[in-house]
Amino acid sequence: MTVIGWIQIILYCAIVVALVKPLGWYMTRVFNGERTFLSPVLRPVERGIYWVGGVDERREQHWLTYAVAMLLFHVGGFFIIYGLMRLQALLPFNPAGQGAVAEDLSFNTAISFITNTNWQNYGGESTLSYLVQMLGLTHQNFLSAATGIALAVALIRGFSRSSVRTIGNFWVDVTRCTLYVLLPICIVYALFLVSQGMPQTLGAYVDATTLEGGKQTIALGPVASQVAIKMLGTNGGGYFNANAAHPFENPTALSNFVQMISIFVLGAALTNVFGRMVGNERQGWAILAVMGVLFIAGVAITYWAEAGGTSTLQALGLTAGNMEGKEVRFGIVASSLFAVITTAASCGAVNAMHDSFTAFGGMIPLINMQLGEIIVGGVGAGLYGMLLFVVLAIFVAGLMVGRTPEYVGKKIEAREVKMAMLAILVLPLMYLGWTAVAVVLPSAVASMANAGPHGFTEVLYAFTSATGNNGSAFAGLTGNTFFYNLTLASSMFVGRFFMIVPAMAMAGSLAGKKSIPPSAGTLPTTGGLFVGLVVGVILIIGGLTFFPALALGPIVEQLASNANTLF
Amino acid sequence: METMKLQKQVTVSTMLDPKILVPAIKSAVVKLDPRLMAKNPVMFVVEVVAALTTVIFVRDLVTGGASLGFTFQIILWLWFTVLFANFAEAVAEGRGKAQAESLRKTRTESQAKLLTGTDRTYRMVPGTSLKVGDIVLVEAGDNIPSDGEVIEGVASVNEAAITGESAPVIRESGGDRSAVTGGTQVLSDWIRVRITAAQGSTFIDRMIKLVEGAERQKTPNEIALNILLAGLTIIFVFATVTIPSYAAYAGGSISVVLLVALFVTLIPTTIGALLSAIGIAGMDRLVRFNVLAMSGRAVEAAGDVDTLLLDKTGTITLGNRQATAFRPIRGVTEQELADAAQLASLADETPEGRSIVVLAKEKYGLRGRDMHELAATFVPFTAQTRMSGIDAGTSSVRKGAVDAILSHVEGGGSRTVASGNTVRSVATNTSPEAREIQAIADEIAKAGGTPLAVAKDGKLLGVVHLKDVVKGGIRERFAELRRMGIRTVMITGDNPMTAAAIAAEAGVDDFLAQATPEDKLKLIRDEQAKGKLVAMCGDGTNDAPALAQADVGVAMNTGTQAAREAGNMVDLDSNPTKLIEVVEIGKQLLMTRGALTTFSIANDVAKYFAIIPAMFLAFYPQLGVLNVMHLASPQSAILSAIIFNALIIIALIPLALKGVRYRAIGAGALLGRNLMIYGLGGIIIPFIGIKAIDLAVAALGLA
Repeated sequence: MTVIGWIQIILYCAIVVALVKPLGWYMTRVFNGERTFLSPVLRPVERGIYWVGGVDERREQHWLTYAVAMLLFHVGGFFIIYGLMRLQALLPFNPAGQGAVAEDLSFNTAISFITNTNWQNYGGESTLSYLVQMLGLTHQNFLSAATGIALAVALIRGFSRSSVRTIGNFWVDVTRCTLYVLLPICIVYALFLVSQGMPQTLGAYVDATTLEGGKQTIALGPVASQVAIKMLGTNGGGYFNANAAHPFENPTALSNFVQMISIFVLGAALTNVFGRMVGNERQGWAILAVMGVLFIAGVAITYWAEAGGTSTLQALGLTAGNMEGKEVRFGIVASSLFAVITTAASCGAVNAMHDSFTAFGGMIPLINMQLGEIIVGGVGAGLYGMLLFVVLAIFVAGLMVGRTPEYVGKKIEAREVKMAMLAILVLPLMYLGWTAVAVVLPSAVASMANAGPHGFTEVLYAFTSATGNNGSAFAGLTGNTFFYNLTLASSMFVGRFFMIVPAMAMAGSLAGKKSIPPSAGTLPTTGGLFVGLVVGVILIIGGLTFFPALALGPIVEQLASNANTLF
Repeated sequence: METMKLQKQVTVSTMLDPKILVPAIKSAVVKLDPRLMAKNPVMFVVEVVAALTTVIFVRDLVTGGASLGFTFQIILWLWFTVLFANFAEAVAEGRGKAQAESLRKTRTESQAKLLTGTDRTYRMVPGTSLKVGDIVLVEAGDNIPSDGEVIEGVASVNEAAITGESAPVIRESGGDRSAVTGGTQVLSDWIRVRITAAQGSTFIDRMIKLVEGAERQKTPNEIALNILLAGLTIIFVFATVTIPSYAAYAGGSISVVLLVALFVTLIPTTIGALLSAIGIAGMDRLVRFNVLAMSGRAVEAAGDVDTLLLDKTGTITLGNRQATAFRPIRGVTEQELADAAQLASLADETPEGRSIVVLAKEKYGLRGRDMHELAATFVPFTAQTRMSGIDAGTSSVRKGAVDAILSHVEGGGSRTVASGNTVRSVATNTSPEAREIQAIADEIAKAGGTPLAVAKDGKLLGVVHLKDVVKGGIRERFAELRRMGIRTVMITGDNPMTAAAIAAEAGVDDFLAQATPEDKLKLIRDEQAKGKLVAMCGDGTNDAPALAQADVGVAMNTGTQAAREAGNMVDLDSNPTKLIEVVEIGKQLLMTRGALTTFSIANDVAKYFAIIPAMFLAFYPQLGVLNVMHLASPQSAILSAIIFNALIIIALIPLALKGVRYRAIGAGALLGRNLMIYGLGGIIIPFIGIKAIDLAVAALGLA
């Protein structure tokens, strides 16, 4: 570890934190339906959309209606992507002449993109046409991100409202989020990326003659527009197979730094939206602090593990740390930081191969996802996931102040606990359950690139990433098989929607409750004690679930590696 | 009823009382019935896996399996875990059962005198045959056959059966002391009672059911906690059932009994085992305070109370006003005024009147004089004259409400005005004396006192300052409540000025002056609309709506039947100050639950470090590093963890029964303190405990 390395990490955190307040202020106005500086331009467009869609923007929805609207919206999204992929060969904007995508791969990819996972069992440049990339994937990148944010806002409304039946209008929230938040930022952002050297073209792939005189086809396409939302919306699906390690998808050190910031910025700002909407910004800061503590700890461990390398490397005289699978352009700090950010948030873009990290270095991304991606997390999803944990933490420890637990004025009762437990339960069921199946199924084991604990971690990582809607791959695992296409798709689906529906039910139940004004007897939820409490509950309740699996994967691998045993 | 009295002082030591202990052990076995266990999801799961492993063990015994001795020990401790949980519940119930037993003795099979006509003719019928609405005669020496309302007569009643208090109380028709309880005994005189409760649903019947826990239903918070515990159990099912597959991949295998051991130690058995004991003990603590909660829900609500409505009289102030000063007008000495005031009060038996005599004696050494010697006649207080005094010969002394005295000295100088629906005479007297009296009176009223003007032979002398005396220590109690985050509101019939002064002196947060029952009800509704929980106590029939509306309504046992029906708690001692203790007991109950849940979950960290390395050591020897406790062998590590898991239940029974102490130090400080003890302690203690057990297990050669 170096001082320069830490300065880079601290600078990163400082910039994200500095953006929280202004963005939080702006987004709060957007979701409260107030005027913003973009209103003169966007308001007519917004009205037009409602008019076309037949939406009455003043009419709010019950949580069930809200959830059903969200689900229907995704059914539509699924068929658009699936249809485009299957019919790819017949459609325009296909200069490379890509053929129809197989049924199981199309199914997996469609689920992957509507769930904001962007797990990719395909290589972008060798499988998809420009049209599918733009109309199918980029389009869903916007909408799945907007959905996540809308759901978070709906849950926030549950906390901030009192004795009402409605939690907002799904169509309005998604439209406002896309128009006022995602699109304006992405337009500026994409132009910046182009300035860094990222392609944005509908022109055909280019053939180049290499120094040896060989022929190389250089893949191009509308890259910048997709990368902008891929990062900002924590989607993470790469335009190219190598994702953010590809020079066209991440041309410079600056583009790398800005991409890292754009992964966190909306998720972090949403904590401020929460604080503002419940009437006390400090509530938001406290949640961000919980995320911050877990994040810094993760970065420190991964950076330490990667900078230290392994005893085998050191025995060979390679003392500069573990550079395997990393871009020399980015080095150890930017790769470690990127890996922790992309898994803490539910982004899944990668600029280094996590498979090649040291066992402990690679364990942190795994833990980040297993905790439910609540450390800033996916846009929206991170906040509602975190709020579920907060509800549990408050419920367990809140009793210790001698009152039935309450959070930001809302009593946490049987229904909230039930919904929080339901939402949290499905995660281990998916990633532990499918891993258990995969590691004893010979055909599934055959997909592993490595044996022993490392192979085990590859599988565990894949299902964890899918369940957490992260989408990053540990690499090493051949995912494009019938078994993995279907099981990973089921993990993505359950991980997304089986968490959302209980969260929305909780929003509805909370909105119907009275708000209790705080008193000296109320558990304070803005101080260090609260932060420590939530961190503790997340680590213990979350950690206990997957400790046996970790022991048999990265932990034993690291211990073996210390003794120069490799897998 | 000496036993009841004793019960109040007995604390947790009852746990060691063989009278409770022996039946509790028996009951722990009876409770193994799966139909009873199913109510407690966590322990039910433990019982199921214990039964499952027992079946496997028996199979292995027949077919011949490896390490049977070790398996047997694990299974033994699994069953102990279940039994200890049942034992905890049985001990908690046992204390209530002892109480119920003594209550049952009072439910004698008495004969009742059922009145047949309007006169006092009756026929004897068995008490059990009485119906609601029947009217019975109860005379000295009779037991009151069932709950009822006195409709005629006055009697002294011994209520020791329910209150443990041997001093008799007066029960009379009309007013707020008309309710009688079945099983209590009339000591003198007679009363006619209209029966209000059928056999089986009387107050004592309900009390027996309550303390026995027969009617115990899970409270809302308990239900929520059970959901959490069930959810955690399911998560640990996922965590453990996937392990054999992972082990198979690594080329190892794990026996069912090991998996069960890991599973049982991980699921929150500690809190699962003690949860119902905590609830029963909470109710029991209230009973020992002589408060009966009609439901566990009410006890829980007590912990959440935000606003406390307290009647001024009897709760905040001593029941009666007392004379504290004589304030003569110019030209009159204090001595003269005291003398006249004393004369006017000689025959006045009201507490106020007596306090004037006492003050005159204490301050000016004026001895009480005999009315006969003075040949005086007493003029009693009436609602019309609003003054009292004596006439002796031509001399007359009067004391009374200021305006009444002013119009009295003025004679015909007053006019009668109608204000609202009351007609009162307003003094038009504007003499300097009258103005001075008025000024003094205003000053006293502003200070929260009640002015009483005194006149002798038509001449104004001065004013007696009657003061509400705030109970000693009450101010500190309110300060404590404020630290708990509870707002106190004083309810009084006084005018706002007086009320404000007393409120300031007592240190309450707010007051409701000139309160009518409707005002009270409205205040409660307003607070509830703001999301607050309200507690109050009351005794009169006109309190009933407010008692019913309040989240915690404590009815005084001396109160009317209507009040007792409306409240969700009854205070057998009829001491309104107790509301504060009730709140503390509610908080204690919730805190104990939270503390033990936290402790239970925190324990898992150490158990993982004991079992995970032991489990996987056979195929991944590297994991031996995780054996941070340096436990002797994999087998002793697993056995020690499961023994610790069972013994901790027994070790925590006293805490579950006694409850975690509540301190009014603010929520943040309280949380910090409890997190240190039960959170951090919960992480550290099992490391020490498991290590100690491991040493013992290794020394005894058990594994």
